[in-house]
Amino acid sequence: MVTGDVKLIGSWASVFVMRARIALNLKSISYEFLQETYGTKSELLLKSNPVHKKMPVLIHADKPVCESNIIVQYIDEAWSSYGPSILPSQPYDRAIARFWAAYVDDKWFIALRSILTARGEEEKKAAIAEVEERTDHLEKAFIDCSNGKPFFNGDHIGYLDIALGSFLGWWRVVELDANHILLDETKTPSLFKWAERFCNDPAVKPLMPETTKLAEFARKLFPKPQA
Amino acid sequence: MADELVLLDFWPSMFGMRTKMALAEKGVSYEYIETDPWTKTPLLIEMNPIHKKIPVLIHKGKPICESLIQLEYIDEVWSDTYPILPSDPYQKAQARFWADFIDKKLYDPAWKIWGTKGEDQVAAKKELIEHFKTLETELGDKTYYGGEVFGFLDIALMGYYSWFKAMEKFGEFSFETEFPKLTEWTKRCLERESVVKALADSDKIIEYAYALRKKFGAE
Repeated sequence: MVTGDVKLIGSWASVFVMRARIALNLKSISYEFLQETYGTKSELLLKSNPVHKKMPVLIHADKPVCESNIIVQYIDEAWSSYGPSILPSQPYDRAIARFWAAYVDDKWFIALRSILTARGEEEKKAAIAEVEERTDHLEKAFIDCSNGKPFFNGDHIGYLDIALGSFLGWWRVVELDANHILLDETKTPSLFKWAERFCNDPAVKPLMPETTKLAEFARKLFPKPQA
Repeated sequence: MADELVLLDFWPSMFGMRTKMALAEKGVSYEYIETDPWTKTPLLIEMNPIHKKIPVLIHKGKPICESLIQLEYIDEVWSDTYPILPSDPYQKAQARFWADFIDKKLYDPAWKIWGTKGEDQVAAKKELIEHFKTLETELGDKTYYGGEVFGFLDIALMGYYSWFKAMEKFGEFSFETEFPKLTEWTKRCLERESVVKALADSDKIIEYAYALRKKFGAE
C-alpha cells in the first residue's frame, strides 16, 4: 500500500473533517490539506463527491473516500500496520462502537444543532432537554465501553472517541450560545473528564479550533434573526 | 448453535430481511422471534433500549442493533465462510458509502410514497426515482454491486425488494420501465436461496402498506 499521495478536502471548522484528520494523525500519515473556502465548493470537491457534494473527502492515490466515519474506518484498514488500531479488535466491541457513533450523528448531533437553530425560548428549552437526555445515554455508553480505562476505546483514543470528541469545539460554542452548560461535571462526570483527556491527546490537540474563533464562525453559519 | 443466536424481527421489515439474508449466506442457524415494533415487548426494550426497534440480533445474550452493523458483525464473526464485505479497504469503503446512501436517501421517500397523498406523495415519488437512478448508475454493467460476487451492498438494497411492488402501486410507476438494469440485477439476486427465503410476499406487503396508510390518515 502506497503511503504517499494522500489529500484531504476540508475545513478547519468542520467536526466531520476533524475526524479524518485525527485518524490520519493517529497513523502518522502525512497529507495535503485542501482547505475549502466558506460559501463555495471547489471543483475538486464536486468532482470527488458528486453524490453529496460535502466534505470531508479523503483522496488516496487519486481515489476518493467520502463520509467521515467511513473515512476513519478506511484509514484504519488501509494503514492497519501503522500506529494503534482505531476500531476495537473484537467484533462485538466494534458493533457497539459503530452503534454509538451512528447514535452521535443521527440523534445526539441533530439535537445539539437544533439548539442553534431554535426559534424562541420554548424551542430552545426543549432542544436543551433533548441534548441533556442524549448526553446522559452517552455517559452510560462511556462507562460500558471504557471499562475503567481513559477512553471509549480503552487505553488509546479510537473510533467512538473520535466520532464524539470531534464535536467538543462546537459543544462549547453551543453552550455559550445557549448560555447553558451542556457537558456537566456533576451530571456526566465520566464524559466531562474524558473530554479533557481527549482534547489533550497529541493527535487531537493541534486540530481543536479555538472556541472564540469557532463562535465567530458559528454566528456566520447560524445567524440570529433580527430582533 | 441456534440457541446462541436470536433474531428479533418483524416480517415486513426491509432491515430484518437484510439480516436474514446475511445469516443465510453464512449458513448460520438462529431462533426467530416475531416482534411487532409498534407494541414494544419487554425483550425488545431490554435488548434495544435506545431505539426500541427491530431487527435486533442477540448473540450469546448480547444485542447488536442496526441492520448494517449486524451485517458487518455477522461477516466478522463467521469470517471463515462466504465473505459479505470485500477484503480490499477501498472496495469496502465504497460498499459502506452506498449502503449509507440507501439508508439516508431511500427510506424517507419510500415511506412517503405509501404513507402520504397529494403533493407530498408526488414529491416523494420524484425523489425516490432520482435516487434509484443514481443507484442504477452505480451498478452499471456489473453482475452484482460487489462485482462478480453477491455481497454487502446487494443485501442492503435487496432488503427493500419486497416493498418495490408497493412503491410501484402507490407511486404509479413501473420499476422495470424506469430501471431496466436494476430489474435485471434483482432477477440475478432472486436466484439466491438466501434472498428468496428472507423476503416477504410483495402482495402481503401491499396489504400491510394499505393498513399503514389508514393508520397514518393517508387513506
